[in-house]
Amino acid sequence: MTNTIADIEDADVILVTGSNTTENHPVLSTFVKRAVKFKGAKVIVVDPRRIKMTEFAEHWLRPNLGTDVAWINGMMHVIIKEGLQDDAFIQNRTEGFEELKKQVEKYTPEFVEGVTGISSESLITAARLFATAKAGSILYCMGITQHVSGTDNVKSLANLAMLTGNLGIPGGGVNPLRGQNNVQGACDMGGLPNVYTAYQSVSDLAIAKKMEEAWGVSGLPTQPGLKVTEMVPKAHDGDIKALYIIGENPLMSDPDLNHAEKSFKHLDFLVVQDIFMTETAQLADVVLPSACFAEKEGTFSNTERRVQRVRQAVTPPGRCKDDWWITCAVATRMGVPMQYADSRAIFEEVVKVTPSYAGITYDRIANEGMHWPCPTTEHPGTPILHGQQFTRGKGKFHAIEWIPPAEQVDEDYPLYLTTGRVLYQYHTGTMTMKSDDLNNRAPHSYVEVSRRDARTYGLKDGDHVSITSRRGKIDVQVQIGDKAVDGTVFIPFHFAQGAANKLTNAALDPVSGIPEYKVCAVKINKAA
Amino acid sequence: MNAQQTLSINGHDVSFQSGQTILEVARQHHIDIPTLCHLKGTTPTGACRICVVEVEGARTLLASCATPAASGMKVQTESPAVIEARRLIIQLLLSSGNHNCAVRGSDDQEWTAFQLKVQGEDGSDELCPVWGDCRLQDLAYRYQVSGERFAATPTRYPMETVNPFIVRDFSRCIQCGRCVQACNDVQVNNAISFGYRGPESKIIAAGDRPLKDSDCVFCGECVQACPVGALVEKDVRYTVRPWETEKVRTTCSYCGVGCQLYLHVNDNQVVKVTGADVAPNHGSLCVKGRFGYHFVSSPERLTDPLIKENGTFRKASWDEALDLVAGRLTQIRDAHGGDSIGVLTSARITNEENYIAQKFARAVLKTNNVDHCARL
Ligand code: SF4
Ligand code: SF4
Ligand code: SF4
Ligand code: FES
Repeated sequence: MTNTIADIEDADVILVTGSNTTENHPVLSTFVKRAVKFKGAKVIVVDPRRIKMTEFAEHWLRPNLGTDVAWINGMMHVIIKEGLQDDAFIQNRTEGFEELKKQVEKYTPEFVEGVTGISSESLITAARLFATAKAGSILYCMGITQHVSGTDNVKSLANLAMLTGNLGIPGGGVNPLRGQNNVQGACDMGGLPNVYTAYQSVSDLAIAKKMEEAWGVSGLPTQPGLKVTEMVPKAHDGDIKALYIIGENPLMSDPDLNHAEKSFKHLDFLVVQDIFMTETAQLADVVLPSACFAEKEGTFSNTERRVQRVRQAVTPPGRCKDDWWITCAVATRMGVPMQYADSRAIFEEVVKVTPSYAGITYDRIANEGMHWPCPTTEHPGTPILHGQQFTRGKGKFHAIEWIPPAEQVDEDYPLYLTTGRVLYQYHTGTMTMKSDDLNNRAPHSYVEVSRRDARTYGLKDGDHVSITSRRGKIDVQVQIGDKAVDGTVFIPFHFAQGAANKLTNAALDPVSGIPEYKVCAVKINKAA
Repeated sequence: MNAQQTLSINGHDVSFQSGQTILEVARQHHIDIPTLCHLKGTTPTGACRICVVEVEGARTLLASCATPAASGMKVQTESPAVIEARRLIIQLLLSSGNHNCAVRGSDDQEWTAFQLKVQGEDGSDELCPVWGDCRLQDLAYRYQVSGERFAATPTRYPMETVNPFIVRDFSRCIQCGRCVQACNDVQVNNAISFGYRGPESKIIAAGDRPLKDSDCVFCGECVQACPVGALVEKDVRYTVRPWETEKVRTTCSYCGVGCQLYLHVNDNQVVKVTGADVAPNHGSLCVKGRFGYHFVSSPERLTDPLIKENGTFRKASWDEALDLVAGRLTQIRDAHGGDSIGVLTSARITNEENYIAQKFARAVLKTNNVDHCARL
């Protein structure tokens, strides 16, 4: 997030898109709901499903799946046409405005209505509301990123924020909500194929040299590596021979699971380090048992870039070890000694090679976490990014053309499928499904169907149906729901029985490598 | 700007800013005024009146949580009149429900009958489930009163136990309304409100339905707000007593909000979770953070390194497993190059562990094939 969670309560208008906030970030959603209830903030929800947040919204715009660039361009068209843009901000802080202006010219409300299904009046009203807000905040989640055009979608939202001068101010910002607790930290720490910690490029020879000195090694690779979504097909082709997987369950979370499973079986060697025998661990040659969050010391970085402490409350079961201990032990046995007394010692090394974390210490965050960038031990941390200027100087507008999703409905597969989470379960369920209480509220997979679609297909609540896409077939129960909109069904991806990702499309965003989980074409049949 | 002004509390001059209530001024200067219904961050309702203070010149005692501080005010927080008023409120509350902890008093005949009745309704032969962790009990001790002064009132509504998370024990509800504010004004889930009137009054979900059939999302904010034993986590009732547990502050392991919480530990097990009153969540949690801790002590946890042989796993020592992993990875790296190996690190392990994982990939395997599944 460019801004903080608390900051949401300072926004006058909050644009929530591709985020089922009340279920996936429940506590963060309370800031939005309080802003509406007590501060008179207005919410614009742009989402294909009638999620809970629509009840708090002034406007709910319901786009067809995979048409985000179109409605965002449409809003910007309206804003520029009516002269509602923030000229001073554009002038002083950005470049590329003319190209953007030219690009969005053809995105008239009428044209956008044809693509997105959002009525031109709603688009205009929403655009005006957002543009005239003193502080407008944009919140988004996987509904924006999990598309072939995910990177374009994110850039488009940044365009909208810059156009309206909503960056670097309290109550503004472009705020991605991170799904898992330490996504931010995994990225910050260089758990990415092209960067070291703090997004330092692996191809920058000066950085590589700095790392070699800090780590006492030589010959660090300078070619960016493979993304997870590239590793899996390469495993299938035999180019990747071994995978070392820590705390992840790609065999539930990957798109097009049937293909992923075949790929994993092609590996010469698979190591999985986890707290449970997951679907992925089943396929491993060696499984290494690790400690869970309640059993270890360390830090997590939350979605607002706040680095917070994790503390040990109980001892791990059996012979489980901290993940860092295990990886270090393997490294040492491979001839590169990696030895640390504890997590604090590792953190002390982290801050030496990570400029944005340089001023953070365990002692400083003992009671309350701090926001990076925090370059020195005197620096108070940075709650709001881009206050005076952008990292690269001027913010660049990107002129972006809408491209349709990779898969469209047709006669054979007449319904759109979108996937997501439910409140009572988390990710692939390895943790939440150990709680009978949570299972009691969300016991199994289901397909959510609108009333009209249910009538069309002759379905009742609880009916068993099979859902088929070009890649696979699953059996689930029907849940007729108010959240669903005609022509689009929803399946949560948590469950191994009725795994939504047997159906989803592995088509990738060319830049981020994120698969298009949010759109694919399916058909629905009553179970015989 | 808010001008600095002064008033006197218990004879001491203290400064305050306009807009502050007497309670806020007192707390800021470490003067303790007891409260029951007041919930931080919400509009005061003045429901319980336990926070009353004596203000010179005022005709009645004033609820400090709802009275704005004014320049030159002379406030007494523990005058005889204040104490008398508080004692009466506590006595009334104690007699109006199944408050069967020791503060009920024990020197008359009625005691045994009362205990038997309560234990029957509780389905337990223990004292109140929040004994030792109750604001009403604290106050009864502080002001040395028991519940004997007034006759006990009958229990009007049976306990609700039909949802998996929260037991609603109306017999111990003191109608303070904190849960209603927690639900409507803090979490804004709008699931519960005051229902019925007068002595029939009850906290209800819409249509007086059980929580499980209401808009309740089981965030547990109301449980954390309840000052007494009327709302208790189901798994905690009678099994977790505060003096047997130890609290450890940490960060939630589910979503990216990173709520700060306390793990309550008894006998090396996490038995309860509560929200910590600091940023970003200021005490709030959601159902996963508050009730989703069972996986930690699940019997399905892996406990030993496992090596697959002929398609099945067998337990191994760390030495054997680590040697095998290191040996095979070395072999593959040396034969096919580092780029034939990939490392998937995790959005669920710590920063330190992510750092180690990418360092391992780059410095040991000599590949940048390191990623995590968080975008999936
Ligand atoms: S658990 Fe949460 S939603 Fe349910 S009644 Fe309590 S505060 Fe409201
Ligand atoms: S349930 Fe608890 S918080 Fe709610 S009114 Fe009763 S005593 Fe107060
Ligand atoms: S308590 Fe809920 S909202 Fe808070 S971090 Fe945990 S999962 Fe997220
Ligand atoms: S705490 Fe002030 S009236 Fe209840």
